[in-house]
Amino acid sequence: MTPSVGVSSATGRRGTAVVTGMASDSHTWNLVFLQLLLEENGFEVVNLGPCVPDDLLVDSCRSTGPDLVVISSVNGHGHQEGLRVIARLRATAELAVTPVVIGGKLDVIRGKDTRHAQRLTAAGFDEVFTEDARTTARFRRFLDTLNSRPATPPTRRGVLV
Amino acid sequence: MTCRALSVRATKDTDRLPVDFGEFVRHRGGSGVPVVQPRMGFSDPARMRAGLVATRRADAMSVGTITVDSYTRVGDSDALKAALRDDACLNGYPIADHPADTTRRVLSGVLGPDFPVQVRHGSANPDRIVRALIALRLNATEGGPVSYCLPYGRTPLAESVGNWTRACEEFTGLLDLGIEPHLETFGGCMMGQLCPPGQLVAISVLEALFFAQHGLRSLSLSYAQQTSAEQDREAVAALRRLSSELLPTDNWHVVVYAYMGLFPQTPHGARRLLATAAELAAGTGAERLIVKTADEAHGIPTIAENVSALEGAARAAALHHSDGGRGPTPPDTGIYDEARALVHAVLNLDDDIGVALVTAFRCGYLDIPYCIHPDNLGRTRSHIDAEGRLRWTDSGSLPLPRRVKAGPGRRITSSGLLADLSYVRRKFDATPAPAPGDE
Repeated sequence: MTPSVGVSSATGRRGTAVVTGMASDSHTWNLVFLQLLLEENGFEVVNLGPCVPDDLLVDSCRSTGPDLVVISSVNGHGHQEGLRVIARLRATAELAVTPVVIGGKLDVIRGKDTRHAQRLTAAGFDEVFTEDARTTARFRRFLDTLNSRPATPPTRRGVLV
Repeated sequence: MTCRALSVRATKDTDRLPVDFGEFVRHRGGSGVPVVQPRMGFSDPARMRAGLVATRRADAMSVGTITVDSYTRVGDSDALKAALRDDACLNGYPIADHPADTTRRVLSGVLGPDFPVQVRHGSANPDRIVRALIALRLNATEGGPVSYCLPYGRTPLAESVGNWTRACEEFTGLLDLGIEPHLETFGGCMMGQLCPPGQLVAISVLEALFFAQHGLRSLSLSYAQQTSAEQDREAVAALRRLSSELLPTDNWHVVVYAYMGLFPQTPHGARRLLATAAELAAGTGAERLIVKTADEAHGIPTIAENVSALEGAARAAALHHSDGGRGPTPPDTGIYDEARALVHAVLNLDDDIGVALVTAFRCGYLDIPYCIHPDNLGRTRSHIDAEGRLRWTDSGSLPLPRRVKAGPGRRITSSGLLADLSYVRRKFDATPAPAPGDE
């Protein structure tokens, strides 16, 4: 199995970002859009594509050593799968402090996102981008904060207990 | 319109051999008003049953749907078992993991000769699902070696072709029991949006030919509503023409999918878009329509929202039909020629259609724009033009007739892509809301 299905030719002046779906999520438009957006913001992008099993996700992140991991989920399982995946990523020494964010439609029950978002950040995500009209703007602002701080800021954590 | 009551003699219905889904739909949906169908799936058996009962009772000629959850689709049985143990809400019905008796109870008295049920799943490795269907004597499903592989996962295409070959051969085992298995191609829905119609039609026809080569005799061919009503009408006409030229059976029908991309956020915009899909189906003689709900933009719809969508679509289709139905033939912009060129180029690669499909993707004879699967060459790009029609921005190595070819042109940006992805949402949200009581 190919570890990555798309590596961009952007210059990567702001580093490398891994864009990925999770094991049960087959959606790809979100991943195509994120790749273009990150490239335009100066990242080289390794796009792992949809339906990425946990082992492949962790191994690819470990071998890439990214400056940012962007997990996108729109099939309603994002909350369950996100908790499982972030535990694996944070338990990996090389990825313990890498900025990792998740976004999309994270559950199948409308209006429960706030509590889910808190759980996801408590479990180790740096940011949770629940889908609304301003998500892209919030994500861009988040990318700007990344640029202005050290590559792996130890203070961002406080979530690994 | 009919409203079918639940059968009181439940056991009689389930003991009987199931009707051929294809025959049923051609009979009930072939006169200008399509049979309507939801995309419904719930993990809880009681809720799944309630959804099927509500679909059956809807004031519309409907067929039922069981959509399988995505853990089953990708074969992640650990995640599925954990979710079932924790009573977590799945995004579909785990048909291979709920006991067969549970599923029989879900269907008892609902499934019957006047209410067939199709199982929808999206798996590139459907073995377990097909085995579950055979055990349950469920004889209608959908998919395809290309359409359930490339856009949605990481399974290599050649492996998916092998899996689907086996699945077809197992599924046709129902014939030995006197049951007609039905398969629908999902190929007319590749990526949901932004694939120019010529290639959608071509893949839908090629997958139907693949099914036929592996013994299926009752087929349906999908086409998903895109961005231009006129272009869509031309595409469905092309699909019908190619199907009648190439399919080795008369037992086929066309199923139109209401728009699969970003849905309008206003209730009136969503209803108008669904009505446009119903008009497309009614106006092109499509026998079946898969609906979306007015709340599609906001999450997984409820049973009541689904029923409302089924009834709204049936009303819109009936109204369109009584207003004269078919309407003027759209101008020929070359969709038939484009689809025909692609289909024949692929068929000429190998007598075995599965082998031909794998080779076609390797050499770029088929190439899905924006699809990031490793087996898709990824040299094609598409966009929506000023008239709202889908066009090739770059047709890569597709063997297209000269008049539809396109070379590298504009640069695709994230905001340009997002604008195209949300074109239909914007357009329908911007239409004025009807006056109260007018809808």
